[in-house]
Amino acid sequence: MIEKALKGSPRYFGALMVFLAIMGIGGGFYLVQLNQGLMITGLSRDVSWGFYIAQFTYMVGVAASAVMLVLPYYFHHYKAYSKMIIMGEFLAIAAVIMCLGFIVIDIGQPQRMLNVLINSTPGSVLFWDMVVLNGYLILNAVIGWTSLMAYWKRVSPPTWVKPLVYTSIIWAFSIHTVTAFLYAGLPGRHYWLTAILAARFLSSAFCSGPSILLLLMLLAKKLTKFDPGNEAIKSLSTTITYAMCVNVFFFLLEVFTAFYSNMPGHMDPILFLFSGFEGHTYMTPFMWTAAALGLTSLFLLIPPKWRENRDILVPALIMLVIGTWIDKGMGLIAAGFTPNPFEKVTEYLPTGPELMIALMIYAVGGFVLTILWKIALEVRAEVEGEPGK
Amino acid sequence: MQSSRRDFLKLAGVSALGLSAGTLGFLGEGAQAADALPNATNFAKPITAKRWAMVIDTAKFDDALIAKVIDSCHTAHNVPTIPGKQEIKWIWTEEFHGTFTSERPVHLADAQEHRKYLLLCNHCENPPCVRVCPTKATFKNKEGLVIMDYHRCIGCRYCMAGCPYGARSFNFQDPEKFVKNMNLLYPHRTRGVVEKCTFCVEKLAQGLMPNCVQASGGAMVFGDLQDPNSPVRKILKEKFAIRRNPSAGTEPGVFYIL
Ligand code: SF4
Ligand code: SF4
Repeated sequence: MIEKALKGSPRYFGALMVFLAIMGIGGGFYLVQLNQGLMITGLSRDVSWGFYIAQFTYMVGVAASAVMLVLPYYFHHYKAYSKMIIMGEFLAIAAVIMCLGFIVIDIGQPQRMLNVLINSTPGSVLFWDMVVLNGYLILNAVIGWTSLMAYWKRVSPPTWVKPLVYTSIIWAFSIHTVTAFLYAGLPGRHYWLTAILAARFLSSAFCSGPSILLLLMLLAKKLTKFDPGNEAIKSLSTTITYAMCVNVFFFLLEVFTAFYSNMPGHMDPILFLFSGFEGHTYMTPFMWTAAALGLTSLFLLIPPKWRENRDILVPALIMLVIGTWIDKGMGLIAAGFTPNPFEKVTEYLPTGPELMIALMIYAVGGFVLTILWKIALEVRAEVEGEPGK
Repeated sequence: MQSSRRDFLKLAGVSALGLSAGTLGFLGEGAQAADALPNATNFAKPITAKRWAMVIDTAKFDDALIAKVIDSCHTAHNVPTIPGKQEIKWIWTEEFHGTFTSERPVHLADAQEHRKYLLLCNHCENPPCVRVCPTKATFKNKEGLVIMDYHRCIGCRYCMAGCPYGARSFNFQDPEKFVKNMNLLYPHRTRGVVEKCTFCVEKLAQGLMPNCVQASGGAMVFGDLQDPNSPVRKILKEKFAIRRNPSAGTEPGVFYIL
C-alpha cells in the first residue's frame, strides 16, 4: 500500500517539493537556534513560553478533533462519515507529529529530551502530556493503517481494532485535557488558573479542528475525484457550529467571572488582551480581529441555509480557523504571562527566525498529511473503481 | 585554555573528596587557584537545618549595601550580566508594588514607598517549580532548599511558568562571555538550562553562611525556621514580617521586615 505514495502526478510531487523546501529553509534557521540558543526568539525571562508552545497547543486541538468523526461513526454507526473517517485519523497523525515537533524545537537542550523518560516524574503534567501524545500517535497510526489495509483488501477490519478505537475516543479527550492541565494548575497565572480551561480547550478544538479537516477535504474534492458526501459535510459543519457556540459561551463565562468579581488578577490579563495594560496594546488588534472573525463566522454558520451553501461555508470556516488560532495560538500564552509576577508587562512577539522554525514544523505536518491522504485517496479510488467487487 | 579550565573544574570535585589541593599543581592555570580550593576539611563541618529560611530587614538597606549584596552573589556564582529582557538574575530589586503585588496599597507610607526590596528565590515549602519539572532537575532537598541539577535540565522552562515569583532565569544563550571575572571555584552554566538562587547550598556544605547574608552585615538573617532558637525565629518573634504573594500557597521561606 505504501508504494502508492511513490507514484503520483506532478502536482503531488510539486506539493511535496514545496513542503521540503520550506522544511529546508526553516531547518537552516533551526540550525542557527541550535548553535546560538533560544536567544534568537522573542522570548524573555518574563514570557518564557511563546509561539512554539502556542502552536503546539493549537495542534493538540486539531489532533483531538478527529474524535468528532470517530465518535459518531463507531459509537452511533453514523455511516455518512465512512469516507472521511480515515482522513480524520490521518490528519490527527500529522497533527500529533507537529505537536511533538513544536515541543522539540522549544526546549533548550533537545539532546537531553529522553531525560523525561529516564527520570520520569509522574507529578509533572509534562510527563503525562508526553505519554498521552505518543500514545495517541500510535493509536491513530495503528487504527488508521489497519482499517485502510482491510478496506484495500476488501475485508472487514480485524476485531482487535474495535477496542483500540474505543480507547482512542477517550484518549482524544485526554490529550487536550492533559494539555490544558499543563497550564491550568499553575499558581500565579491568573488567565490559566480556571477550572474550565480544559473545557475551553476542547470546545475550541472541536470547532477549529473539524473546520480545518473540512476545508482540506473540500480542497481534496476540488483536486481529486474524492467526495466526502453532502450529508457528511452537512453533519460536520453542524458539529462545528455547535462547538463554536460553546466555545464563545465558555469565553463569556470567563469574562463574567473576571469582571463581576472585579478581582484585578482575573481582569488584568483580559484587559491586557482587549484594551491593553499600562499602555501596552500590542495584542489588542489581534484579539479584536479574532473576536470579529469568530462572531462573524458564527453569524454565517448558524442559519442552516447559509451553512449549506459552500460559498458561505468556506469563508466562514476560514474565519473561524483564523479567529480560534489567534485566540489560542497567540492570546492564550501571552495573557498567561502578562502581567508578569511583578505586575509589569514584558512585550512578546515572535521573531522572524522563530516564525520560520515554526513554519518548518507546519511543513513537516503538511508533508506527512499529503502522503497519508494520497495513499488513502488512491486506495479508495482503486477499491471503488472496481464495481461488482 | 577553555578545555583546561573545564578539566580543572572537574578535578576540583576530586579534590573535594580528599585530594590535597597542592597535588593539583600540574594543572597549570588551575594551580593558581588551587590554594583557595576547598578541600575535605572544609566540608567536614557543614551547617544543617530542618528548614532553611531568610529574613530581610528592608529598612537596613541603602543602594550601596544592595549593590554589595547582589555583587557578592553574582560574582561568586558566575551569574552573567546580560542586558535586556533575556537577562539572568539570582538576586535583584523591585519597588514595593512589584514585590508585594497582592498588597495593592494606596497611600503607601513614604519609607516603604521609596525603598528597594531585594528579591530572590523564596525556597518555597510547596514549590510549584519542583512539582512541574519533568526531569527532577529542580528538586527540594531535605533541608528545604530548592536547588537544581543543571545537567538534567532539558530547558523546557515549565518551572518558569510555574514559579509565581519570577525567580527563575533561562540561559537563552551561552552565558560565558557575559561573566566578567570567572570564578573558577563555581561552574558556569551552559545555554539552554534554567538557573536561580540556591541559598548557597555549596557554602552551607562548608559550614558557611550564604554570600548575600555575609555581605549584608546583619541586614539579612539566615537560619532554621523549625528551630525556635535560630536567629530567624528570634527576629520573627520580635518584628512583624510578611512574605510575597502568600495566597499562592507555596509557603515562601523568605520573610520581609518592612
Ligand atoms: S520562589 Fe519560585 S523558583 Fe523559588 S522555590 Fe518558590 S516557586 Fe520555586
Ligand atoms: S527547565 Fe529544567 S528545571 Fe525547569 S522544569 Fe524544565 S527540566 Fe525542570
